Amino acid sequence: MRYLPHTEEDIAQMLHVTGASSLDDLFSSIPEDCRRKTDLVLPGPLTEWELNEMMAALAQSMAVAPLYKVFLGAGSYEHHIPASVSYLLGRSEFSTSYTPYQPEISQGTLQAIFEYQTFVASLLGMDVANASLYDGASALAEALLMAARVSGLKKVAVSSLIHPLYRRVISTYLEPAEFEIIELPFSADGTTDLSKLESTEGFGAVAIQSPNFFGCIENLSAVGNLTRDTQTLFIASFTEPLAYGLYKSPGSQGADISCGEGQSFGIAQSYGGPGLGMLACLKRYVRSMPGRLVGQTEDMDGKRGFVLTLATREQHIRREKATSNICTNSGLCAVTAAMYMASLGGSGIRELARLNYDKSEYLKKELRRAGFKIPFAAATFNEFVVEFSPGFEAVYKRLLDRKLVAGLPLAVYYPQLPNHYLLCVTETKTKKDIDALVSELKRG
Amino acid sequence: MKEFAGSTGLVLNEPLLFEKGKKGRSGISMPRRDVEFSELDETLTGNGPNFPDLSEVEVVRHYTRLSTWNFGVDTGMYPLGSCTMKYNPKTNERQAALPGFAGAHPLLPAALSQGALKVMLELERLLAEITGMDAVSLQPAAGAHGELAGMLVFHAYHKSKGSRRSKIIVPDTAHGTNPASVALCGYSPVNVKSNDRGVLSADTIAAVMDDETAGIMVTNPNTLGFFEENIREIAEIVHDKGGLVYADGANMNAMLGIVSMSEVGIDVLHLNLHKTFSTPHGGGGPGAGPICVRKHLEPYLPTPRIVDDNGKYHLSYDFPSSIGKLHAFYGNWGIIIRAYSYILSLGADLKKVSQLAVLNANYIKEKLKDTLQLAYDRPCMHECVFSDKLQAPLKITTLDMVKRLIDYGFHPPTIYFPLVVHGAIMIEPTETECKEDLDLFVDAFKEVVREAGEDTERLYKAPWRTKVRRLDETGAARNPRLTCGGGN
Repeated sequence: MRYLPHTEEDIAQMLHVTGASSLDDLFSSIPEDCRRKTDLVLPGPLTEWELNEMMAALAQSMAVAPLYKVFLGAGSYEHHIPASVSYLLGRSEFSTSYTPYQPEISQGTLQAIFEYQTFVASLLGMDVANASLYDGASALAEALLMAARVSGLKKVAVSSLIHPLYRRVISTYLEPAEFEIIELPFSADGTTDLSKLESTEGFGAVAIQSPNFFGCIENLSAVGNLTRDTQTLFIASFTEPLAYGLYKSPGSQGADISCGEGQSFGIAQSYGGPGLGMLACLKRYVRSMPGRLVGQTEDMDGKRGFVLTLATREQHIRREKATSNICTNSGLCAVTAAMYMASLGGSGIRELARLNYDKSEYLKKELRRAGFKIPFAAATFNEFVVEFSPGFEAVYKRLLDRKLVAGLPLAVYYPQLPNHYLLCVTETKTKKDIDALVSELKRG
Repeated sequence: MKEFAGSTGLVLNEPLLFEKGKKGRSGISMPRRDVEFSELDETLTGNGPNFPDLSEVEVVRHYTRLSTWNFGVDTGMYPLGSCTMKYNPKTNERQAALPGFAGAHPLLPAALSQGALKVMLELERLLAEITGMDAVSLQPAAGAHGELAGMLVFHAYHKSKGSRRSKIIVPDTAHGTNPASVALCGYSPVNVKSNDRGVLSADTIAAVMDDETAGIMVTNPNTLGFFEENIREIAEIVHDKGGLVYADGANMNAMLGIVSMSEVGIDVLHLNLHKTFSTPHGGGGPGAGPICVRKHLEPYLPTPRIVDDNGKYHLSYDFPSSIGKLHAFYGNWGIIIRAYSYILSLGADLKKVSQLAVLNANYIKEKLKDTLQLAYDRPCMHECVFSDKLQAPLKITTLDMVKRLIDYGFHPPTIYFPLVVHGAIMIEPTETECKEDLDLFVDAFKEVVREAGEDTERLYKAPWRTKVRRLDETGAARNPRLTCGGGN
């Protein structure tokens, strides 16, 4: 086996040094009644070439571009990934290293994460960002736990237009800690109805997603105004951070914590994981933040360097009083996102965000022209809801046969919205692709 | 004299990205604008972030230079105890990057994602076989996420029995994440000490296990590198009081094909695919922390679960007792592919992985035991733990020694953990290191200790050959600068 370097001779010599008579004898400290009685029954071993063939066949069964045109977003977005980013991410000095606990030989990871923190803070208009969490859903759950720590209150208001799967994750995280979760309904324009929140008293946090699950831009400053100078923390979450290349940042509208999914930034969709949990906040909350932080410092010669810092918040020091149990996070995904943001630059992110907006607006306009209904009037970014006629399900299935995925049926998550579909258009779709979708929809 | 890997070469400086670039440069091929500008509500738009504009070449050089300041498993031996820094096979990277896998949308209809569903279901079955457990969920995204899942299963199980329990037993040789995971579920940890053999005594557990205690979290083999030999008896004590037994499987690399975790009384076990199953650690993730349970706890596993309907697979949320969802989608699919590829590449040789991992650790233990004080002088599993006791008269600590080890071209072992050993040096070589490299590591450590007797300054100020030298961590924490331009 090519990963196991030991020759029979090595094994014999080494056993001799250890005093064990055989490989099995090395396990003599395990009581007999704890030993496994049967051999492992496993397929393989496969040669590298057999594995290639088998995996290629399995991969072929998946509906992906370019064979399929997938107009699906809902928390996972198809964006172009520059070859330079994939190439850099493959540098094994980044990928095969551990958490940078030994800073002298981890400056590559540490500086890259420090730069990532700077990118994220700038994008979200916040003071500080952590070194990542697992994904957008766990980031939101951690943000709510953090807000409860800061405010001392376990009652939280959560918009019903936060990604429905994220809301499930929140419930899982908050249930044993006995939180009270109040769900905020949505209004006719496709944004969160804040009327329940006339007074935020008693709430530890208000969590709103923008763009929300319907793709609509929320009135974040209205929430910011409600929570300003109260003990309630305003958590602005997101699934599509590219939107902040175009729209106002959460921080500029009064958010205390902003968190969400960073997959859009150069990370493969990869059937939903690994993703990138982004979390940023105002400076005054930094000691309540979950996850790792990289800080700038100097070495003994006065040279600039970077270290993991404020570790007294973390599990390996603080144990049960830690701000979170997170240890391994999404480090390499954070570095990937930084590579992507560096490649885009400030000018690029504005241009790309605008292109996403214009392409989806083009689809919206063409659908309207074809007589389809766009039920929510609020502004959107790169996805929006369309209401089709009853019985559209059959058309949707026919389109799948024609290798077109016409969005996500919303009724699964919002039973009150039958025949409503969430459609997404990013820069990966050409005008031709969009026109083809509209004509297929018309054809039915 | 032997030639060690550590050397000097041209180390290139590289500023922060924010100190580079010029407005108007671009590192991306902007897709063609084939649609008109649409109307936009200007009251909603912002200024956008102040990222630097950089060319592709600048970005590539930047990260290439940064990468050379890092040490990875591909660079050299990385004997971090309990982290299992084994070689990360390259074919696994290839499989994860297949366009059908890497480009798949998680909400595709099941009929259009059969390959992924099949791989996940098969990996669940393989992990069940390997651990001897009955059912598996691949959803947790890391070891600590698996621990949280496990504690949620404990919570749900006891709730279903109508009992409210408030405590969990956590030994002093458990992983650092364990108490924090316990606390997340509203339990308080009850810390117990291991005995003079470095393992738990059944009596210790019997003395604290009661009706208020939900169960125990055991790391087995523990962080001293010993198999918890009383595990069966301990499990019986915990079960008799209605509790459950959780095993932190971070150290499963010693147990493949050796121990069936269900047979020794484990109810819930998490695995770290980024340790035992060779997926790269990524400088801090992403990893994956599947949990494996025995039959009676299967109803509580996270949803969705994969259902095999005569060779057609789909996802189902129809498990009313489930603890719910832990990840936005199904877990870290990209990591799952790599682990699956690894297991298929090894097949039954997986047992050999554990045998050789244990052989390597015992070999190092024997070779170094005259140089460093062994915490417990008895055969170990996949890792061995020393202390800095013998170096105390020289006023040389564990930190000094391992920092000097860097100059010889080795990543330091895990240090000051487990807490039960003073100045702990925890060495886990893993099975992928060959005898020559182990010998070189041993020689390097001996050199360092020899130097300690000769010139303590050489150790106090080590490392000498790295991009930066010892860093002011206290200053960093006292006056945090967490973004470029931020802080102070």
